[in-house]
Amino acid sequence: MANKEWPLWEVFIRSKKGLSHKHVGSLRASDSQMAIKNARDVYTRRSEGISIWVTKSNSIFASKPDESDSLYEPSDSKVYRHPTFYDIPDGIEHM
Amino acid sequence: MKDQDISKLEQKFQEKIDNDIKIEPRDWMPDDYRQTLIRQISQHAHSEVVGMLPEGNWITRAPNLRRKAVLLAKVQDEAGHGLYLYSAVETLGANREQTIDDLHSGIAKYSSIFNYPTLSWADMGAIGWLVDGAAIMNQVPLCRCSYGPYARAMVRICKEESFHQRQGFEIMTTLMKGTVQQKKMAQDALDRFWWPSLMMFGPNDEDSKHTAKSINWKIKRHTNDELRQMFVDATVPQAELIGLKIPDKDLVWNKERGHYDFGEINWDEFWQVVKGNGPCNNHRIETRKKAKENGLWVIEAANAYEQKRKIKKVS
Ligand SMILES: [Fe+2]
Ligand SMILES: [Fe+2]
Repeated sequence: MANKEWPLWEVFIRSKKGLSHKHVGSLRASDSQMAIKNARDVYTRRSEGISIWVTKSNSIFASKPDESDSLYEPSDSKVYRHPTFYDIPDGIEHM
Repeated sequence: MKDQDISKLEQKFQEKIDNDIKIEPRDWMPDDYRQTLIRQISQHAHSEVVGMLPEGNWITRAPNLRRKAVLLAKVQDEAGHGLYLYSAVETLGANREQTIDDLHSGIAKYSSIFNYPTLSWADMGAIGWLVDGAAIMNQVPLCRCSYGPYARAMVRICKEESFHQRQGFEIMTTLMKGTVQQKKMAQDALDRFWWPSLMMFGPNDEDSKHTAKSINWKIKRHTNDELRQMFVDATVPQAELIGLKIPDKDLVWNKERGHYDFGEINWDEFWQVVKGNGPCNNHRIETRKKAKENGLWVIEAANAYEQKRKIKKVS
């Protein structure tokens, strides 16, 4: 049997007001409307979300896994980007 | 790639596994690891989907509206579980429809338990309590599986499973508080589903060819026999509490081991069912095939509609 398929979509859900959308999984659908409908049925059956984003999987561009070291290294050597790097005189409670 | 490079990659991979760092889809992984996962996850997905059939059999005949709503919700969950798992398979580069065709042609297996018929309403109780109970035993440790997408799917699934077992046990409890006939129904369901439930954990450890490798890769965290023992230990007191008798004359509490000893599983029956000769194997596969064939036009129609919409947008 010839395998006819719908394209693959990635699903992102905002669980609560004030939070950002988070990737929850993927599904197949013929268009964006169907993808959102299916996402509602599959990923929010227990009130897990108040907003759904879908995007075709093939329109996501990702960094290469073997580049992950180079993504982290520069910030490891720049400790002055963290507040704990700085000396604050005693007596100042909140800063 | 040079052999040297591969052994370096393999070493890095094993280091990650040993340090409990999850493997993600685009990370390098040994081909064997990938194939093992494709096999295991797709068979897991098939089990979720085929598993809807024995219970679907009773949706229209549930004894009241509450039971019907619950059973519908449970079966719908199982469809979702199938989807999460097929999605996880796709992250490994496998073609989802191909894995489904492998199921239909008999290349791929699914849990042997779903090849038993559901003869009475009490079977809905036995399945929820025992079959989902056994599935939970299996699935909880899989939440820590080394492959990220599989582990994440299992976390979702385990959250959803928790009501499945309870609703089954509730059905059994209600029947055991009922008439003599109802009690008989519940006992009969247990009698038929007990041994097949123990078989769900697969062959004994010495006969399980994949276990050692899977444990080394942290795909599996416990052996089949360990999980089976955990299941027996958890389930026997539950049966006793509501007055059901486990159909095993060798079942006895072993004080020294701190576990129940139990009788030998009928492995001939197990292998027969795995090989396709169980009571419902043909029926289950035929039903799945028909579902795919009869649903093809929906896929085509939706694709055609989307194609048309695109053309309209351009012009
Ligand atoms: Fe499930
Ligand atoms: Fe379940």
